[in-house]
Amino acid sequence: MKNSELFIAFYTILRREIRRFMRIWPQTLLPPAITMSLYFAIFGHFIGGRIGEMDGFSYMQYIVPGLIMMSVITNSYSNVSSSFFSAKFQHSIQELLVSPTPNWVILLGYVLGGVARGLFVGLIVTLLSLFFTHLTLHNVFLTVLVVLLTAIMFSLGGFVNAIYARSFDDVSIVPTFILTPLTYLGGVFYSIHLLPEFWQQLSLLNPVLYMVNAFRFGILGVSDINVYWALVIVCVFIVVLFSFGLHLLNKGRGIRN
Amino acid sequence: MTYAIEISDLKKRYDGGFEALKGVDLKVEKGDFFALLGPNGAGKSTTIGILCSLVNKTSGRVSIFGADIDEDFAKAKKYLGVVPQEFNFNVFESVFNVVVTQAGFYGISKEVAEQRAEKYLKQLGLWDKKDAQSRMLSGGMKRRLMIARALIHEPEVLILDEPTAGVDIELRRSMWEFIKGLNEQGTTIILTTHYLEEAEQLCRNIAIINSGEIVENTSVKALLKTLNQETFILDLDNSVAPDWAVEGYRIDRLNDASTIEVEVIKGQSLNRVFSALDAVGINVLSMRNKSNRLEELFVKLIKG
Repeated sequence: MKNSELFIAFYTILRREIRRFMRIWPQTLLPPAITMSLYFAIFGHFIGGRIGEMDGFSYMQYIVPGLIMMSVITNSYSNVSSSFFSAKFQHSIQELLVSPTPNWVILLGYVLGGVARGLFVGLIVTLLSLFFTHLTLHNVFLTVLVVLLTAIMFSLGGFVNAIYARSFDDVSIVPTFILTPLTYLGGVFYSIHLLPEFWQQLSLLNPVLYMVNAFRFGILGVSDINVYWALVIVCVFIVVLFSFGLHLLNKGRGIRN
Repeated sequence: MTYAIEISDLKKRYDGGFEALKGVDLKVEKGDFFALLGPNGAGKSTTIGILCSLVNKTSGRVSIFGADIDEDFAKAKKYLGVVPQEFNFNVFESVFNVVVTQAGFYGISKEVAEQRAEKYLKQLGLWDKKDAQSRMLSGGMKRRLMIARALIHEPEVLILDEPTAGVDIELRRSMWEFIKGLNEQGTTIILTTHYLEEAEQLCRNIAIINSGEIVENTSVKALLKTLNQETFILDLDNSVAPDWAVEGYRIDRLNDASTIEVEVIKGQSLNRVFSALDAVGINVLSMRNKSNRLEELFVKLIKG
């Protein structure tokens, strides 16, 4: 395929993915808006008012970056995992498999579809947070870079999940039993310096911690970890997951007999 | 000579060890109307699955218009349009979007895709349903939608995997006309079907696959010539007498003896039967084959 044809194929997948999550907005966009508003109101406003400052910021300001990142992570991941698995389930993935679209374009299209939803939900949550607190950006470039790389990484994770999934249960197992605990224990609601030494060290094995803290650094200028390490870790995950996802597609794992 | 489809020594062994294809060789000429027949589980769908990249082959070579599916997969796939047996479109998309989106996967610009979508949806009688969610269509409409989708990149070869399964007679005939029209315009058609009448009426050449092997590959005419005998059913305006017979012919009486079955061996003519009926003052009102001729051959070949 010529470059222009490749772009059309890529854009078609991306447009279809965006159309999908916009069409079912009560399932994709509304729930995170309601959930995060509740977090802001309960944890940030009611309870946060009694907690006081954390790293020099009000508790509400401290948790906002983490909650935005939590939305981006879960929505990027679930968009790709549910969309690709649905395409497998109703066999509409065959539309792509019979076409000349190369596998790397298929992967890129689905992943950027997940990124689009992650960023869109992230934007909604950010706008909602402004009703509860004010935000200043410490480093715009870093903030955008971290949120983008994180969305790419979790979209890739969702893709791998969808490839292996054989039922809708398989699609929800990883977000429920792995992603949610990692996110809650990834420094969204607290600084790891509040933890005993053992738990601090254990937290360092959680990749979500690096992303939440790097994003928080971009917004507030405070972080529990070295931000550059966070970028390196995310980039390594992206390269590994992209290569693995492409390998699975090339092998036809779960989609070709 | 470049063939529309050229398959050599194609083998497929599934993970469980089942050998679906045991070295299939097949050539389909450009512009042909070709039937691939076989009983359930014979290897038809596996062969088609390999042709359109939905099944990984174990070994062998496959080329479409000279483009090898391993070495030049993009070119090979552009030549090919597929109408699968099962509905495989996104049921929540509109009819128009299903077709236009498929065009995008082939790198076709939106403007061209929309023009073609209008053309094919109109030809297939779906234009008034273009904004309907595809899940709302009837079974026949869904099948026509898959044909429109398969044609959107204007392929040289169109594979139809049992396109008329579960379709009513009127719609089946209109689909036959549409597919015949495509073939007359130069599109190579490969058809799998359980309706052998369909293959006999539409196809020029035929391959019969059984247990993963091609057991016959010839023209429909040549295959029918090998048929030794045929049975005709004659509807008469009066019953024949119990002792009425024609020497050299096996004749059975049905119902009230105003319908008879005549077995005609290759080389015999029906004239003597007509003359004998005429001699006793009985007219033939209508005549038809007892069973589809291809069906008889098919059963014979499959049973080996």
